[in-house]
Amino acid sequence: MANRTFIGLCLLPLAVFSLAFLALPLVRLVMASGEGTEGWGIYLQILQTPRYLQTLLQTVLVSLAVSVAALAISTTAGLFLARNRFPGRGALLSILTLPLAFPGVVVGFLIILLGGRQGLFNMLLPGHVVFAYSLLGLFLGYLYFSIPRVLLTVMAATEKLDPALEEAARTLGASPYRVVFDVILPGLAPSLVAAGAIAFATAMGAFGTAFTLATDIDVLPMVIYTEFTLSANIAMASALSVLLGLATWVLLLLARSFAGATVAAGG
Amino acid sequence: MRLTLPRFLQLAVTLLTAAFLIVPAIQSIVAGLTVNYFRGLSSGLTLRWVGEVWRLYADSILLSMGLAVACLGVTLVIGVPAAYALAKNPGRLSRILEEFISLPLAVPGLALALALLQLYGSMTGFRTSWTFILVGHVLYTLPFMVRSVLAVLMAMDLKSLEESAATLGASAATRFRTIVVPNAMPGILAGALTVVTLSIGEFNLTWMLHTPYLKTLPVGLADSYASMRLEIASAYTLVFFVMIVPLLMAMQWATDRAQRISR
Amino acid sequence: MTLTIRNASKTYPDGTRALLPTDLTVGQGEILSLLGPSGCGKTTLLRIIAGLETPDAGTEVRFDDEDVTRLAVERRNVGMVFQSYALFPNMSVRANIGYGLKVRKVPRAEREQRVDEVLALCRLGDYAERAVTALSGGQRQRVALARAMAPRPRILLLDEPLSALDAALRDSLRDELAAMLRQFRITAVFVTHDQAEALAIADRIAVMSQGRMQQVGPPEELYRTPVSSFVARFIGNAMPLPGSIVDGRLVLPGGHLPLPAGTSGTEVFVRAEDVHLDDAGPLAGTVETVAFSGGHYRIGIAGITGETLFATHPGRQAPRPGDSVRLRIDAGDLLVLPQDRS
Ligand SMILES: Nc1ncnc2c1ncn2[C@@H]1O[C@H](COP(=O)(O)OP(=O)(O)OP(=O)(O)O)[C@@H](O)[C@H]1O
Ligand SMILES: [Mg+2]
Repeated sequence: MANRTFIGLCLLPLAVFSLAFLALPLVRLVMASGEGTEGWGIYLQILQTPRYLQTLLQTVLVSLAVSVAALAISTTAGLFLARNRFPGRGALLSILTLPLAFPGVVVGFLIILLGGRQGLFNMLLPGHVVFAYSLLGLFLGYLYFSIPRVLLTVMAATEKLDPALEEAARTLGASPYRVVFDVILPGLAPSLVAAGAIAFATAMGAFGTAFTLATDIDVLPMVIYTEFTLSANIAMASALSVLLGLATWVLLLLARSFAGATVAAGG
Repeated sequence: MRLTLPRFLQLAVTLLTAAFLIVPAIQSIVAGLTVNYFRGLSSGLTLRWVGEVWRLYADSILLSMGLAVACLGVTLVIGVPAAYALAKNPGRLSRILEEFISLPLAVPGLALALALLQLYGSMTGFRTSWTFILVGHVLYTLPFMVRSVLAVLMAMDLKSLEESAATLGASAATRFRTIVVPNAMPGILAGALTVVTLSIGEFNLTWMLHTPYLKTLPVGLADSYASMRLEIASAYTLVFFVMIVPLLMAMQWATDRAQRISR
Repeated sequence: MTLTIRNASKTYPDGTRALLPTDLTVGQGEILSLLGPSGCGKTTLLRIIAGLETPDAGTEVRFDDEDVTRLAVERRNVGMVFQSYALFPNMSVRANIGYGLKVRKVPRAEREQRVDEVLALCRLGDYAERAVTALSGGQRQRVALARAMAPRPRILLLDEPLSALDAALRDSLRDELAAMLRQFRITAVFVTHDQAEALAIADRIAVMSQGRMQQVGPPEELYRTPVSSFVARFIGNAMPLPGSIVDGRLVLPGGHLPLPAGTSGTEVFVRAEDVHLDDAGPLAGTVETVAFSGGHYRIGIAGITGETLFATHPGRQAPRPGDSVRLRIDAGDLLVLPQDRS
């Protein structure tokens, strides 16, 4: 009996904290979304307002493009780094994974250094090459923080692949290309799905990068922010947050049930 | 390593990607140390901008460090016992609880911040104190601590270890202190480094929760990006890199180690 | 197909000399077993034959008259059964078995027909559509064998194909595998560290130790006339009889033994089944342990040599620990070998 009490005691701080600062606030958020002039009809209103719909579409498209690009790049680089040993490999690996915990604001600033008005491209190339504040800048910024995450997942999964599977395929006559498509990619598939979902969800909710780039592209987190601070439309900000949170959460849940691996977004 | 065509293409993609990631970081380091970025390195190197950053933002930097330490303390106190309890009862309820506290990994920080603001925004004393930001940081980093410790606990034969300690006369609390915590150390260390790293870099929640008198390092960064000259913004970014990069390397080392042990 | 290996050696990048220069020939339809303790280089040699490992310069691997030393693995047409089986988890049993035919672009109809044949031969017909993850250990082993055989390889290579199974299953599958390999009539090289497995399956056994080939020959020959003490100990657990040789007699603490005529070696070995309890025997000792193992007793006797000497005793009665006994060892059963280089 003393045993169970002790375990209960171990859980108590967690229970108190997550009730007070996670469960109740989330309930409050959902309630607040229904306290506007339209009541719960606000969710219907979102679906009928072209500005919100377009924002939603734009956010999804950018996030989708980022996930696909990050998957393609990171799988190529990850397989290469996992399968080859050469001088400089360690340094390359560090460069590719260190941006893991750079906050979105910093990434935004780095993109400005590349493609802003005073950026590298504008200084080196003739003509006016400024892309930081456009859709491309946003895409590159999201790509910047997605690559390390996806790369780490791909490399971890590659190391877990049984090398005997590839050897078996080769003894059976498969060319190196066939081995990639018949053995390696199917073996990596669950991790790729998981990593793609993380990249997608992170891009959907990313705020710092868009904020720093002060882009004129409407993405969902920016719209939530302006609804809340500038328009003081608390109900709408809450409703959009609920939708965004629900979407990313469900997506990650689906990805995890498919992949069976632990999936964590963040940043 | 023989360089065949496919290998060459892979290498090219890898190098281009690395360039994309490292070049702007180098630019910001250089910009933070040159007298005038637009005249280039020929204008000379200086620590003036770093000094300026310290004059303008010392409070933010110190606040972030303090917050990270406090956040680490809280996540240790809440997370380690919780991970132990979850490892002892690997049932459905535990899964649901773990899933629930992991919500902040999936739900964007902006949404969480809005939720916190609406529930506690009117408690002025709490709202304007640094503990309000701390709550946000703990919310976001706690799942990392719990999962990291839980993974190590699940990988070892906790049951036999504890049973043998119990037959030798150790009480539940003694077993936790002398058996569970020491054996979970690799996970605790990895979790701790992750918590500190993430807390120092956290922006999404903090931007919404902060007050004009309580700016953390990343909030200060955003501020400098918007209003300071490029050299100062770069120097501030450089200061951030100097803090975060060693932490990140330590975090990756500790995480790898914990994973090797879990296997 | 005849496999000929000349001067094969392998040094890993870290400097490990896993295989010292080795020659070996495996005849058409012959089943050769590579036998040796862990780490002696068996897998390395097998992977050199398969083309999965690049051997040191000077190595030559021939399939019949063709020099395949530099041929890529996927073009050698070998069949290989991996220790872990390495079945593709994203494919069904049928797709696994058909994979080698598919990458060779064998037309679909012919492919299906050949897969069906192999399925029947390996008694896997009922499981064809299953996922490979839903099979027992023994079934997986048969799928791995069927997959390796389906493309009609020139040689079959097996790396400890039974070691992933538990002990009871291993014994029953050993004879089944032997029968199946005979039925295929294929040249096969079979790696194992279990002498019982090698004795049961192989036509010839190659005993390896520390990267070196010790002896190659039929099982009976290795058992009866080992060329080194390593082979004698490894096959049939021969026990050393350390003593001095005086006038063609072996002098032991427990008595004297006549040696067979015309031997030149310096180390003498004997196997437990050749040590007989005999009241008129020339050796005297004291019973230390008695273990009953079904058909016979295994009796440990002190005082003959410095260590415990074991005798296999087939009678219905056994002496007790502490009893004094006399032993006989026939001169023809003594293995007199030269000192091992070490
Ligand atoms: N990739 C490698 N790099 C360095 N050394 C290796 C490598 N693979 C094997 N070795 C070494 O080469 C030696 C022979 O290895 P090998 O795998 O051929 O042994 P084995 O006889 O198959 O042993 P086992 O019965 O344990 O499978 C061992 O000492 C091993 O440690
Ligand atoms: Mg081996």
